[in-house]
Amino acid sequence: MTAAVDIREFGFWYGRKQALRDVSVAVRPRLITAFIGPSGCGKSTLLRAVNRMNELLPDTRHEGDILLNGDAVYGPAVDVVSLRRRIGMVFQKPNPFPKSIFDNVAYGPRVNGLADERQLPEIVEHALKRAALWDEVADRLDDVGTGLSGGQQQRLCIARALANDPEILLLDEPCSALDPIATQRIEDLLIDLKREVTIIIVTHNLHQAARIADETAFFYLGELIEFGPSDALFTRPREKRTEAYVTGRFG
Amino acid sequence: MTGAPHRHFDDELNRLTDRLLQMSGRAQDAVERAVRAVLERDPEAAERVIREDKEIDSLEIELEESVTNLLALHQPMARDLRLLLAALKISNDLERVGDHAVNISISAKRLVDYRMIAPEPELVEMGRVSREMLAQSIDAFVRRDAESGRAVCRRDDQVDALHRSMFRILITHMAEDPQTIGAAMELFLVSRNLERVADLATNVAEDVVFIVEGKSIKHGAERREAKGE
Repeated sequence: MTAAVDIREFGFWYGRKQALRDVSVAVRPRLITAFIGPSGCGKSTLLRAVNRMNELLPDTRHEGDILLNGDAVYGPAVDVVSLRRRIGMVFQKPNPFPKSIFDNVAYGPRVNGLADERQLPEIVEHALKRAALWDEVADRLDDVGTGLSGGQQQRLCIARALANDPEILLLDEPCSALDPIATQRIEDLLIDLKREVTIIIVTHNLHQAARIADETAFFYLGELIEFGPSDALFTRPREKRTEAYVTGRFG
Repeated sequence: MTGAPHRHFDDELNRLTDRLLQMSGRAQDAVERAVRAVLERDPEAAERVIREDKEIDSLEIELEESVTNLLALHQPMARDLRLLLAALKISNDLERVGDHAVNISISAKRLVDYRMIAPEPELVEMGRVSREMLAQSIDAFVRRDAESGRAVCRRDDQVDALHRSMFRILITHMAEDPQTIGAAMELFLVSRNLERVADLATNVAEDVVFIVEGKSIKHGAERREAKGE
């Protein structure tokens, strides 16, 4: 099976500081892959490298490449905007636009010119249903998105990402600001969504990775230490450093 | 990543280990006294073993409770998780060792009524080896020593051979003199119980390998692997 996201010998620098060195990970399609590791290990940098978000910062450079379903993300002729259309991203803090729920979800298809106004209600409904939010907001689509609860806002952001029908969904600590019930809803949602979209999630919550990720990659000091099926990684890791991290014996 | 910080969880694990050691000590002691009661035809000593088995039972329940708490409160992973799962199984194995000591003691009480025909050297040897296996397997657990665990597993064959030889000796007795059948049947049960104690010690040793290496060597998995099956 070809990788949905094929990270090849990837290195990354913030100025003179090397944040990632020689990382190769083949993220398989229609699975949930978790990136774990202590703060500063490079996991978020790698996640943002997939849609070239790191380039928004000054004085950065990379080596190696990342293939998105076979297409080089860092190829010379790549149009970054159309690349990012193929990738949905959800952040730590829910960040809905100060617009109506409807307009939040319709935003992507509108600016991307994917649909005309008559098709939008259907697209919005479909995205909200996929994000398991429709039943809670169907009768108040004109209310502002920022008025929803934290968990609902995060699902709204997921719906907004899904409205563009992305190939990959990137999530950076999507539940760290949510209570356990809202967290569980997001986790269940991600498990449902992986049938249609490849998911990469960065999380500090090891049990979350163990619960939902099919495969897990452990990073330390910018290097990939271990990558494999989550059940093996969390019960009998091959590497001593993985063992130390997942059992909380990190000094 | 040197100088791992102190984890309170480790204190809990140490307490758990202490409790397992205590259980194992009692189980070994019970087996030893039960075999001695058989050889010395001492029904009172046998009765004491039966009475005191309750203490091993309650240690098992205490241990189960603390493992349940540790799983729920700490949600351990990797080696910590394997350790707790193994501790649960080991405590169950030790409790059953206690039950086998009780069975031997019951036989000891019944044997008082018969003329003694014990093939003593075999019985003494079986009792000694099975207790040593128990002691060594718990020692391997405490030191997290997979090699020592594997050594225990290899000794199981020795006890199985002694059990087979007991069986042949007792059959010979019974064939020669039907008067010995009652005693021989009891002694066969004693031998069978000791053989089971050695099996349980082997289980404990296999769990030690599981804790240390994360792989199961049960049911001869490792021997089959070596043969490339």
